[in-house]
Amino acid sequence: MVEITSPEFKANARLAMGDGQLQQALGHVRTNFINKRAEAKANLDEFDELRDSATAIKDHVLEHLDLYLEKYEEKVIASGGHVHWAATADDACKQILDICRSVGAKSVTKGKSMISEEIALNDALSAAGIEPVETDLGEYIIQLRGEHPSHIIAPAVHLNMDQVRDDFIKHHTHLPADRPLNEPETLLREARAILREKFLNADVGITGANFLIAETGTSVIVTNEGNGDLTQTLPKIHIVIASIEKIVPTLEDMSQIVRVLARSATGQDMSVYTTLSTGPRREDDPDGPEEYHVVLLDNGRSSMLGTEFQDMLRCIRCGACMNHCPVYHAIGGHAYGWVYPGPMGAVLSPSLIGVDKAGHLPNASTFCGRCEDVCPMHIPLPKMMRHWREREFEKHLSPMTQRASIRGWAWVAKRPFLYRMMASASARFLWLLGGVNHRIKSLPFAWGWTRHRDMPAPEGSTFMSQWRERQARDAGDL
Amino acid sequence: MSQREEILSKVRAAIAPNGNHDERRKNLRTAAIAKADGIIPKLPESKKAIQARFEERAVKADATVVFSKPREVANNIAKYLREHNLPSAIRTGDDKRLKTLLRGYESLLEISHGRTYGDDMVGVSHALGGVAETGTLFMESGKDNPTTLNFLPETHIVVINADDIETSYENLLEKLRDKYGAGEMPRVLNMITGPSRSADIEQTLILGAHGPLRLHIIIVRK
Ligand code: SF4
Repeated sequence: MVEITSPEFKANARLAMGDGQLQQALGHVRTNFINKRAEAKANLDEFDELRDSATAIKDHVLEHLDLYLEKYEEKVIASGGHVHWAATADDACKQILDICRSVGAKSVTKGKSMISEEIALNDALSAAGIEPVETDLGEYIIQLRGEHPSHIIAPAVHLNMDQVRDDFIKHHTHLPADRPLNEPETLLREARAILREKFLNADVGITGANFLIAETGTSVIVTNEGNGDLTQTLPKIHIVIASIEKIVPTLEDMSQIVRVLARSATGQDMSVYTTLSTGPRREDDPDGPEEYHVVLLDNGRSSMLGTEFQDMLRCIRCGACMNHCPVYHAIGGHAYGWVYPGPMGAVLSPSLIGVDKAGHLPNASTFCGRCEDVCPMHIPLPKMMRHWREREFEKHLSPMTQRASIRGWAWVAKRPFLYRMMASASARFLWLLGGVNHRIKSLPFAWGWTRHRDMPAPEGSTFMSQWRERQARDAGDL
Repeated sequence: MSQREEILSKVRAAIAPNGNHDERRKNLRTAAIAKADGIIPKLPESKKAIQARFEERAVKADATVVFSKPREVANNIAKYLREHNLPSAIRTGDDKRLKTLLRGYESLLEISHGRTYGDDMVGVSHALGGVAETGTLFMESGKDNPTTLNFLPETHIVVINADDIETSYENLLEKLRDKYGAGEMPRVLNMITGPSRSADIEQTLILGAHGPLRLHIIIVRK
């Protein structure tokens, strides 16, 4: 299991607001993603109709999920692939390790997969002596840093270029230390060259899936870099790890949802690569994997079916909800303390890891409703956050202080004075803790989080100035 | 109980505890139903307009596009390579359409055949078709057009027949279904929109991540 620091959410959030570097990096989320999505939506007259269509398809799938899963499995097997069913994260890791061991795998390349993060696959592989190599540029960078993604489609969005350069100099020791690395482009070229070797030498390639198509037994990945395709084309074995709700009935249904996916995510009309894979290498196929495996993961999803959280299973992981969330803008993804950040994480994490651990997250909302407005799958995120808060009350998990904070986050966030106090108090505290060189390696009250981030101590100034600036900037955004 | 049974029975208990599964099975969506309810963005229907829209969207996605007569395809490839200071050696699969277009131009282009292991600078493939809506190419795997040619070379040149450009994904998917049979697919279908890219460092968009740095599309019009 990935280390969970969600219970320290409030401390995490306070730290994040005082972290100048993080705040600078988050500026990119606040402008780029929002503007690009708005433009993509404006350029497609049928955008809202397509959202309704996509939503209806997924609702239908969830009502017939058992039948579609059976059909999908049948088609995968007919095309020469293997299907493995995994009830829990541990089961999935075990099954993947068994497949890797069957060919004596030493090195595994990986396409970006949030499910792989959810089941902590890299830890399981490393523990078994198999080297996992993340190949998406953002994932590669955070793997070097020993971090987890801070955003579901832009895993390294919390970093700036200088940090990436320092990491490359530190880790790519076979290259001259004084080489010029001043542009994102030179950094990308360096990573490309290093990962090329890894692609060609890997024994197994593991990807996620954006869709599983029942009609044909096909898994689909949607990417921009081409790393997912090299991951699945070059090694002997391709393993797809996907959760059960990724099913769509037909190729046409996929096309409906694809039309809203990239537009909601990056604002592209279409991602560069939408790749449909069906089974292993065929007779007289000159390339492609010799074995094709799909690991179908439940890990708590079946328990959401038939409850007030069923709608969450329509999620296509586009990231629009976090891109438009003022709380995410203020604190970034790591503060949420587990794999899934932002509004979708605030709803999903309590379902998957328990409200006892993630119960703070649904409070991290200003209830402004932007997440629901932009969600291509019409997921009622604010309503579901409210459901969690009610459940948490029922279970009496809320200590007095936290019960107060039920109104807490939204209330504080709306009152600049309090925000300023929180931020400046923590800023001063961190400055002291930072010691002589003012870098903080660990903090007693948020150790789990700071373990992933060697954070510079904020230099006394508060986050409020940026907050104010941003409010002004954002005023015309939606 | 196997994990398969465990998961399926949990799902069933949640969504259809007393369901008649044979009845429920009748509600499953087929391609025909999906096509009938699907929303398909409206586009102009004339051939010219469809091709112009494909070109516009492919260029918007940072590909380069040229229209070509069949007998000028080889020259167009050679010209593109010269302009980019690339050697005139290309790698292709066994595609018959490409072979016909390139026959007789051996002095202009050094052509080798088969998949690539990453040491070829230029891959040339033939597309199944294109989608005007987004400037997207449909590429099938197989010995005619090996998948590795789409991803490993720094430069990818794709030849496509103007008549194979359709308005929507749905129209091309129908073509695919006619070719492979209902419910059947090539091992890989790559839907490609522009050259590879990444914006993972400070959201600065850079072309040429792990796949090709350049995508050049030659639309063959008789
Ligand atoms: S909840 Fe909606 S907006 Fe958020 S990632 Fe999922 S589909 Fe996208």
